Amino acid sequence: MRYLVLLKASRASTPPPPDLMAAIMKLGEDATRSGALVDTAGLLPSAAGATVTLHDGKIDVTDGPFAEAKEMISYAIYDVRAKEEAVEWTNRFMKLHRDLWPSWAGEAVVLQVM
Amino acid sequence: MSVHAAVEAVWRIESGRLVAQLARVTGDVGLAEELAQDALVAALEQWPSRGIPDDPGPWLMAVARHKAVDGFRRRATFHRKMAEIGRETPAWVDLDEPDLDDHIGDDLLRLILTACHPAVAVEGQVALVLKTLGGLSTAEIARAFLVPEPTVAQRIVRAKRALRGVEFTVPAPVDRLPAALKIVYLIFNEGYAATAGDDWMRPSLCQEALRLGRLLAGLVPGAAEVHGLVALMELQASRTAARTDADGAPVLLPDQDRRRWDRLLIRRGLASLARAEEISAVGPYTLQAAIAACHARALHPEETDWERIAALYRVLVHVQPSPIVELNRAVAVGMATGPLSGLAVVEPLAASLDGYALFHAVRGDLLERLGRDAEARAAFGRAAALTRNERERALFTARAS
Repeated sequence: MRYLVLLKASRASTPPPPDLMAAIMKLGEDATRSGALVDTAGLLPSAAGATVTLHDGKIDVTDGPFAEAKEMISYAIYDVRAKEEAVEWTNRFMKLHRDLWPSWAGEAVVLQVM
Repeated sequence: MSVHAAVEAVWRIESGRLVAQLARVTGDVGLAEELAQDALVAALEQWPSRGIPDDPGPWLMAVARHKAVDGFRRRATFHRKMAEIGRETPAWVDLDEPDLDDHIGDDLLRLILTACHPAVAVEGQVALVLKTLGGLSTAEIARAFLVPEPTVAQRIVRAKRALRGVEFTVPAPVDRLPAALKIVYLIFNEGYAATAGDDWMRPSLCQEALRLGRLLAGLVPGAAEVHGLVALMELQASRTAARTDADGAPVLLPDQDRRRWDRLLIRRGLASLARAEEISAVGPYTLQAAIAACHARALHPEETDWERIAALYRVLVHVQPSPIVELNRAVAVGMATGPLSGLAVVEPLAASLDGYALFHAVRGDLLERLGRDAEARAAFGRAAALTRNERERALFTARAS
């Protein structure tokens, strides 16, 4: 089963602590080695992106940034046996933020890929 | 979310590392596996009420460690056992050393290679690898292989007994790597082309094998064939969704809707193939992956580079002489230069492959393309009579009439 995990948060005013980045790299390595993590990457601020909308038969392209309060920060794709495993890896990822960047708040959405 | 399922998820993530570390400190894979199971039982008892610990790996390790000490003491052989494995004090007093993680790769590799020891029967190796490294339960393994649970339990008991006298050696016996790759591919194939039963595929086994392969590739990154095997499995698995129709009947390669092929797995497969070929391009798994890549790169069947596939099969026949490989080469030659050339490769194989369903199916296909319909139908009839897979039989029977 494949799961897409999308991390959402307000853009922080300060860069993430180097310890956190090191811990995230380590966790990513563990998850990759175990065969669970099959793809992941960070996402640039929405200012670098665009939205394409279809409404009443009209297609509009709007450059970022988007108005949403939260930005998409990163994505990860896990190949696991059960939803609980994707949730467990995501828990570990969030615990690193809790322990190493206490002021940070955000949410990760775990979605099953068809 | 059920707590039980959450505990099991943690277990599957931690099982391999736990058993591997325990095998290093006890020197006994069977004992390590039992201690790890004790730790799982404790987790299932305690976590639902207390919550899953922040760092479940060390928690499980600590429990297993206590169980080990208890067990040794109870049997009053604690000190003797320590002396046997050449230690004055238990190795686990060192377990809090900060660089414990530095050993984990070695431990995991040693665990896989020890489980694939020639003293253990092949089905025992398969069961032990899935149990310890995959974290699967005996019941899950039994379901995957369509055998009764006691049979799997028995295989594991026998495997552990066979390993009792086998040292958990340092460094890892890498000369056993080919045996480990074979076990992983055997698990994959059992899922990919189910040899018995009503299902044409059991994707869960394919996914277990893929995970094991990816794990091995991380442990032995310098071995070309590990990447070759991972590439082969990723590329073959990329076709899973397209290999069956809505009713579960098999759809063969030329008829598959390639838009349903998994692009992520293809991308990963091609990347693994490139890593393998950087080291060496002539290993059997790497060559088979290169062939699978020719299919993966073709968005339409007519874009397939059959000349290259036929050439790769010619090399593969040299590296790994086998009538089955030659049969595959016949298919490629039949596509590259025409059915008559393909048939010329097929016919000499009759002596060795007469009892093999696919031989008759390939022959039937080539005959059909040559317009020799009566001979083609007879060949498909033979194929249908020989196969043990119900889905495959239906496919061949349809072409025999």
